[in-house]
This record gives sequence, C-alpha cells and structure tokens, in this order.
Amino acid sequence: MSAQNLDRIEVHVCMGTAGVASGGAEVMAAFEEEFKKHGLIGEVKERNCKVKATGCRGLCARDVLVDIHIPGQEEVTYEHVTPEIVPTIVEEHILKGEVVKKWAAKKDYYDFYKLQKRYVLADCGKVDPEDIDDYIAHGGYEAIKKVLKEMTPEEVIEEVKKSGLRGRGGGGFPTGLKWTFCRASKGDLKYLICNADEGDPGAFMDRSIIEGNPHVVIEGMLIAAYAIGCKEGYIYCRAEYPLAIKRVKKALKIAEERGFLGKNILGTDFEFHLHLKEGAGAFVCGEETALIASIEGERGMPRPRPPFPAVKGLWGKPSNVNNVETFANLPLIINNGADWYASIGTEKSKGTKIFALSGKVKSTGLIEVPMGVTVRQLVFDVGGGIPKKRKIKAVQLGGPSGGCLPESLLDTPIDYDSLIAAGAMMGSGGVVVMDETNCMVNVAKFFLTFTQRESCGKCIPCRIGTKTMLDILERICAGEGREGDIELLESLAMDIKTASLCGLGQTAPNPVLTTIKYFRHEYEAHIKDRKCPARECPELIEFVVDEDRCKKCGICFKVCPVGAISWEKGKPAYIDKSKCVKCRECIVNCPFNAID
Amino acid sequence: MAENIVEKKEQEEVKEELDLSAIDEICAEYKGRKGATIPVLQKVQEHYGYLSKEMVDRIAENLNMSPHTIYGVITFYAQFYTTPRGKYVIRVCRGTACHVKGSGRISEVVTEEFGIKNGETSSDLKFTLEEVSCIGACGMAPVIMINDKTYGNLTPEKAREIFREYAKKDD
Repeated sequence: MSAQNLDRIEVHVCMGTAGVASGGAEVMAAFEEEFKKHGLIGEVKERNCKVKATGCRGLCARDVLVDIHIPGQEEVTYEHVTPEIVPTIVEEHILKGEVVKKWAAKKDYYDFYKLQKRYVLADCGKVDPEDIDDYIAHGGYEAIKKVLKEMTPEEVIEEVKKSGLRGRGGGGFPTGLKWTFCRASKGDLKYLICNADEGDPGAFMDRSIIEGNPHVVIEGMLIAAYAIGCKEGYIYCRAEYPLAIKRVKKALKIAEERGFLGKNILGTDFEFHLHLKEGAGAFVCGEETALIASIEGERGMPRPRPPFPAVKGLWGKPSNVNNVETFANLPLIINNGADWYASIGTEKSKGTKIFALSGKVKSTGLIEVPMGVTVRQLVFDVGGGIPKKRKIKAVQLGGPSGGCLPESLLDTPIDYDSLIAAGAMMGSGGVVVMDETNCMVNVAKFFLTFTQRESCGKCIPCRIGTKTMLDILERICAGEGREGDIELLESLAMDIKTASLCGLGQTAPNPVLTTIKYFRHEYEAHIKDRKCPARECPELIEFVVDEDRCKKCGICFKVCPVGAISWEKGKPAYIDKSKCVKCRECIVNCPFNAID
Repeated sequence: MAENIVEKKEQEEVKEELDLSAIDEICAEYKGRKGATIPVLQKVQEHYGYLSKEMVDRIAENLNMSPHTIYGVITFYAQFYTTPRGKYVIRVCRGTACHVKGSGRISEVVTEEFGIKNGETSSDLKFTLEEVSCIGACGMAPVIMINDKTYGNLTPEKAREIFREYAKKDD
C-alpha cells in the first residue's frame, strides 16, 4: 500500500476481464451503495472509504476478488464476492473490524502466491489502470525521469544488456543487442513497435498487463525509444481485447496531456509520439515482418529476412519490435539496476517470466515466477495440482509453437534453453495442463487445425504441409489411421520446419513431434487397436457402461442431454446407443471412469 | 442448414436501403494518412455491421485503391465480414485451455439451440456463431463472449441457459 493512502480505507475490486465477467462492476456498485448508506465516503467523514477498480491480480478462477486495506491492519482478500455478500463484509469487517472468515481467502489462495515473485506484475491489481496519478504514486514514470536526466542512450542499452533481459515474446533474443542494431541504422526516422497481438491460444499475460497497468508499457516504450532513437511508435493490439484497447487509448491520451508523450518530454528535447493500432485477427501478425505489413494496411504476410526490420522495417525505415512483457520489464531494470535484475533467474535466463496457467489445474490464472522453477512446481506448488483426483498426463508449453512435456519431464527447469532441449519452448508463456482424459493425438490435431487455418499461405511448405499433416491426424482420430502414418507425419514435420518462411511454419509441427516423441503409444492405440485411451475421440469410443466399475450413482443419467441413459437407484446405468449423440458428457462427468 | 442462413435475396434488400455517405466521412478522416486501409475497414464495418460489395467499391474510390486490393485485406483477416451479422454475436473460444475443458460442446449447443454452425447467422438475424482462437480469459475456461460480455466457467447446460435468455430478449 502506498504512503499517500495510509489514512484511507481502500477496497480494491478486480476489474480485469475475468473480474468484469464475474460481476466486478456489480460488486463495486454494491460497495459504493453500502458506503453511502453508512456515510463512509468523503474526506470529512470520520471514516474515509474508497472503492478502486484494479487490474488482474492473477487468480482469475476465484473472481470477483476483493482486497480490503484498513490502515494499520493486514490486507484481507475475499474471493468469489457477489453483491449479495457485500453488505455483510462492510458491516462486519469495515465497521466492526471483524474479518468475515467464511468468505476470506484461505490458505490455498496464499499458497498460489508463495513461490511467485511478482515484480513486473507488482502493481497489477494494486493501481487503478485508468488513473495515471495512482501509477505515479506507486513509483511510476520514475524510471524514464532517471533515464532522461542521468543516462545517455548508450548507457541505457548497456544497462539492458547487462541485465540479461531476453525477448518475452517467445524467441528469447537478447533485448539490448536487438536495440543496438536499430540504433546503429542510419536515418532520422525510426519506429518502435509494441507487439500486443498475443494470438497464442492459452496465453493472456500481455492482455492482463495492458488491462491492469497500461502506463508501465508506455514507460517501457519511452525508455526503449530514448535508447534506440525513435520518435514514433505503435502499440499493435488485438482487436479481440476490447478492454485492453479502451485502457490503452485512455492511458495514451492522459500520458500525452501530462507531458510524458509528445514533444519536449519532461522538459527535455526528447520527443516520442505513440499511436494505437488495432489488429484485425490474424495469428501470423505476431511475426514481426507480418505485423509491420499489417500496420502498413496490407495483408499481414511475413517476408524473408534479411533485411531485418532493424534495417528496413515499417515504411522502409529502421524499426524495432518488442513484446508487451519485455517493455514492462524495463522500468524495473532502470529503477533497481541491472545487477539486481541479473541476480534473479538462471545463468542464461534472467529475471522473472509471467505464465498463463490454465487447463486441468486447481488454481488457474496469471503467475509470475523467477526463471528456473520447474514445470512441476508450477503445476503443483503454484497451481495446487490436478482437480477431481485425476492424474496429470502432460503440460503443454509455448502454445502452437511449443510442445507437450510428459510427467517424466516435469522437473525440467523453466528457462529458454532447457525447454527447447526438452522439445517444448517458452513461447509467450502459455502453460496448459492436461490430465488422463485428454487425448494427445487430439491435442496435436487441435494445434494443427489452428496453425493450418492461420497459415498466411505465402509459402508452400506451410500452406500445403500443415494441411497434409492435419488430414492425417484427422484420419487417425476418426479411426482410419494407417500403418506408416506416424513416420509420414515425422518426415513431413521435418520438411515443414526446415523449409518454411517464417516462425509460424517453422514451429507448426512441434506439437505433433513432441506428442509422437512422448506419447507414441497413444498414436499406436488409435492406429492399430482403433482405441482412444483417453476416451476423447468419439469414433473410437464404445459408449458402454462397465458394470463392474459403475458405482450406480446416476450422475451420467443426470448429465445426458438427450436422455440416452437409463438408470434406477441401486442399479448400474445403461446407454441406449440409438439415442446417444456421442457428446461425451457422461464420460467427462463420471467420477469412476466407468464408461468405455 | 441452408434454410437458416441468410438468403442472398434478403441481403440484396438490406443493401438497397443503406445510405453509404458515412463511408465518405470515415475516409475523409483518414485522407493522406499512411496505413489507413485496416482502420477504415474497421470503422465502416463498425457502422454498418459488415462490408458489402457496394461499400468496398465506395471505399476503393475514396482511398484511390483497387477494390481487389481491399478484398485481399478483407479476406485475410478474421474480423472482416462480407455478409450481415446477427444482433448477438456469440464468440465461442476455441483456445487451448477452452479446448481441453470441452469448448467444442459449447459450439454444439449453439447449433442445437439456433441451428447455426461456425460463421453462420440465424435467418432472423438474431444470432451469429463465431469460433475464435483465444479470447484471453484462459483462467476461466471454457469461455464465450456475447457481443462485449464475457461468460466463463461454462458447462453445456449453463451455456444453454444463457442462450435461451438471449433468445427471449425482444428486439
């Protein structure tokens, strides 16, 4: 809690995407109404209460999350808050000082944060993203002041190099080095671009940073612009993120009004104009050359490199593209020094990394951990393990460019190089946990469907190759796999990886290759035995109740949407195949794995 | 599902009533600015709900571009539509987290309720189903958006209830 608020009771309500979806606005209104009712608002009252909207604090699964700060007392978090319980919280906690234990976060909530080091996300969930003064009160824009007053551009680049920061968009290229190339390019006009396209299914850290603390991204961009020598910049944000766009727009406007953007920034002759560009829905635009084409108003097609954007980028001018999270790291490095930053993480991967933890794990949400923690720690210590007493099967890291790690590799430390060695990759930081009910062939098919659809079609290996691979995977999942399919997939994968023009094609086969490498037996079961061991591919399931395993509970009977299951108390269930539409509701909900 | 998709004839009628002058205003705002194609298309689509042939021609004239180039852009990006869309656009997230938590079933529920498949609009122009790559709310998978409102932690049954609520809403 910041010093300026010490005399004030503050209620922080999560108004990130998940918070809003769970009813955050209604909860805020309920608090305001209660405060009015009890006369708690306003400076003149004995008690001065304020309701504040904040961004995502991570544990989206528990939204709406509400923190209550009372001066001199420990902060208390309430989870799953609804407008109905707000009057009780206000009366018991704020007026009488008694925490309402029933709704207060329990041990498992705090366990979620134990291993985390929230540096980049420190203010996400604390500052009001629509209030620049709140960001400034939390130390915002101090780093750019320091940079402009005390450092030359070369010194800034040197500091970033020394910190060891590597690009958080997934590739992991050293940030300071990338800047050097663009700085060294000739010409007055250079562009700085923030890649906030985040097309990766399963990742939402960029979205949460922008929604929760847009000014930290602007400040990071200012530092980079000064270091490289850019006067113009763009934030390229996905149009699918309406809340993020709204907050960036507002932040840009107010930052300009307050003299952090535009000409003569903070009274110096440093000049930087920043614009927002809305994407239009194309995964390939995450690739920097495609992103540049998209800003220019063209189809977002990548082009061969060299020339690299650092030499010839947006409108032919030298350009530098970095990811949202990379920019958000910069104020930290400047404020705390490169040595401090480099003391976090592993030898070759410095700092923290934000992950979007989702799938079959108890606590899903956004986490920030130092590089080097293991995948197992992420899933079990931070995420609280697998729900429904099921077993973990795999962890998918790095989105469509990444791979699936099996249980035996869960002790792999998370850093750029170890993940690549294991066959996965950091990607933008999506971590999707899968349990024994997820079919790995189906997962491979899922990713290929995505990359095949998102291929821009410019180069043949990617356009035709991914289509051919997808056809094979679809056949296998439909029970029509043939002898030799696995080998054919492997050979196609290697060709596509080698011959594709851009990162999309070069990495598209990864999910297939890692699932074959670690879960070959599942492919074989589909092809040779015509069975889906995870019981996910409908064509390969019998939809029969195993009477020995059936505990006669009737859950399947209740969830069947078409009334194909008959059941009487004390008797095993029965599935009428003529009525069954193979929706798998019974399989998903049966706690005893009794349906084959 | 041919009977459920908007018939070509109906589209023609819709077009005839449209006043296209807003396009000129939007284009004027971007005159001389670099990289205007996408924002202009976004604004025109925001205004009319979709991009018809007549609209594209008018944009092309204004921006001094060939209609083919503009079509090249429209068909490349997922967010441009050449047919009218429903009053309520149901976006079903098909991202990885949603996939492993069964979002495929949610799409099927839309089909069961309104008879529309991915990309289709119901004949009364009330609902459009759109499967999207990732809404970015993976922590609450499976997730859908109906227009700008997000619904998370769904089950097929919960989703069905939500859809029926919308179906009841008067126009």
